[in-house]
Amino acid sequence: MNFKNFKFDLNNKNKDLIPQVLTILFLVLVVIYFTINAQNNMGNRGISFGFGFLSQESSFDITFSLIDYDGSDSYARAFLVGLLNTILVSSIGIFFATLLGVTIGIGRLSQNYLIAKAAEWYVEIFRNIPLILQIFFWYFAALRALPLTIDSINFYDISFLNVKGWYVPRFIWTNFSVFFYSIILAIISIIFFSRYAKKQRDEFGKQLPTLYISLGLIIGLPLLTFIIGGVGLSFEIPVLEQLSKTIYVYKGGVSIIPELISLALALSMYTATFIAENVRAGILGVGKGQKEAAASIGLTKGQILKLVVMPQALRIIIPPTTNQYLNLTKNSSLAAAIAYPDIVLVFAGTALMQTGRAIEIISITMLTYLSLSLSISIFMNWYNKKIAIKEK
Amino acid sequence: MKSIKTWILVVLASSLLVACGQGGGGAGSKKSKTLDNTKKAGFVKCGVSQGLPGFSNADASGNWTGIDVDVCRAVAAAVLGDADKVKYTPLSAKERFTALTSGEIDVLARNTTWTLSRDADIGLTFVGVNFYDGQGFMVRKNSGINSVNDFKNGISACTNTGTTTELNMRDFFNSKNIKYEPIAFEKADEVVQAYDAGRCDTYTTDKSGLAAQRTKLSAPDDHKVLPETISKEPLGPVVRQGDSVWEDIVRWSLNTMIEAEEYGVNSSNASSLKESENPAIKRLVGAEGELGAAFGLDNEWSLRIIEQVGNYGESYKKHIADTNILPNRGPNELWTKGGILYVPPAR
Repeated sequence: MNFKNFKFDLNNKNKDLIPQVLTILFLVLVVIYFTINAQNNMGNRGISFGFGFLSQESSFDITFSLIDYDGSDSYARAFLVGLLNTILVSSIGIFFATLLGVTIGIGRLSQNYLIAKAAEWYVEIFRNIPLILQIFFWYFAALRALPLTIDSINFYDISFLNVKGWYVPRFIWTNFSVFFYSIILAIISIIFFSRYAKKQRDEFGKQLPTLYISLGLIIGLPLLTFIIGGVGLSFEIPVLEQLSKTIYVYKGGVSIIPELISLALALSMYTATFIAENVRAGILGVGKGQKEAAASIGLTKGQILKLVVMPQALRIIIPPTTNQYLNLTKNSSLAAAIAYPDIVLVFAGTALMQTGRAIEIISITMLTYLSLSLSISIFMNWYNKKIAIKEK
Repeated sequence: MKSIKTWILVVLASSLLVACGQGGGGAGSKKSKTLDNTKKAGFVKCGVSQGLPGFSNADASGNWTGIDVDVCRAVAAAVLGDADKVKYTPLSAKERFTALTSGEIDVLARNTTWTLSRDADIGLTFVGVNFYDGQGFMVRKNSGINSVNDFKNGISACTNTGTTTELNMRDFFNSKNIKYEPIAFEKADEVVQAYDAGRCDTYTTDKSGLAAQRTKLSAPDDHKVLPETISKEPLGPVVRQGDSVWEDIVRWSLNTMIEAEEYGVNSSNASSLKESENPAIKRLVGAEGELGAAFGLDNEWSLRIIEQVGNYGESYKKHIADTNILPNRGPNELWTKGGILYVPPAR
């Protein structure tokens, strides 16, 4: 660059650059101001700042945890318990919301008057009631409706539902790793086989029964390990035990707490309405001519849906559905209201109150939600890109 | 062209403002900033509970009553001359300490347990105890449980999050080697509902809280509080660390109420006792000594507390005994009458 001729020319590139630089400068100053101000105020009020508390003993217990935890573990581990519980309820919620949302969305387009109307009413009712009320409804309605432990609803003597939770048998595996690897192997074989099948179809026009062979692999291989791999499976069935005159409890097996059930139920039923609308919009967004053209070249109804309509509809469905997944994950923080031990209740709740470290804990919690949301975003954007039309 | 120049000006001006603003933050020095601010604002900023009968509870028209509320009223009477000049901020257990340390409130009178870590670690100072409580358990009468020794492995217990209750519960069950299912809710109302629905076998919190919450159950008479007390819960008002004058004002406002009961001074006889023979009483009603000067208040500060709010016994009777929450004063009786209420002398 020739510096001699450099002029501070507002009419040129700088015209765009200067406001941008100044804006960034301004934002940096604001952040610095807030940091210094917070430090000053905390110093004046005798509050120290630091993350050392994370390794201290938490000394509180948590109802429900996916990893081993008790009060003698650290705050960091309590954080992990809360995080895993948030991920658990969000994943369950996303799974069922998608399943229900797609069903309802397709249902709304049904030729059958009853199905279409039922789906429409479902959407209108559940998306227009605040989520927190739905959570309270499912939780307290379920608690009131479910029987006491002694009068549990009995499913074939192996599973029991009552006010304290849903008790299901626990799987006890022998040689679980062999079983696990067989599933991985099945999945890899399926991927290779579908590539082979696609090639056969593209090059020789031969249709292989991909679906049946895949199903056979994913079921057959793991089954085989039971016979020749030494894999064993037994069940631990919950047993009723009396604690006092009227207090009973089921021991053994796995207990799914009512807080998890009602939270997952409320989250998926609420989010499903929005996903249903996305699905409907996506399918309606594919031109009628596309379907007619597909039919005219002799594709079956199933093939039209799978090969022509869905690939185009998905491009419309995925971006807004990503938003719904993010919303569901963030909405799971309402768990605190009904005592489901998610990250907000455990970490930004109990841990915050026990340590009093508001700034540290709230920043960690916010960063955690941000990372969770960004991960979902990144995955969904990757998927969206993958299914986008590739210009050839 | 013009718009860009304006833009630059705005940004520069804002940055300058930000730089100047930095001197503004921060509070607390040897002089009482809190006292000055309170006098300037004309009201005491007091943090209370979201509704706990007997301690701090708002009626339908928004008037707060309770023994915790009376601490706020006493401070307002001492500092501003009028017990009604209080701005109440209802706080959850989670919000309370942050509200205090951030300066949103200046006194926290919200059935808060005095513990070492709270006192030492998070910028708080406890100034005294206005209610000696202890944690207990409530169970259904038909449960066949008559003592905490009847609890067995697998029992489920509902409580509030973020309270000392949660920690005591763990200590208690661990010491008895009992595996239990803790279910912790953010708000007391949800604990009551869940316990009422049978989600848990027992409800544990401070005994005064159990007595108050029992009245909200669908059939209060079907439930009972077990006799054992598993913890010490000295509840008292809290102030921010670093303003020792304000700390003293709140401490001695509470102490004055207790001392007044000890010397038989109450809201109706206080002003007539100015002529009393007893110098301790004369000091209490401001007829002798210059006690108020120590915190920058006039000499009648304690008289106003007694006249407008009453002594501790009056406050307890009105809010806790007459409302049938805990008619028996137990440890909250004066030391001269077999309790443990004992305050340093006001002299």
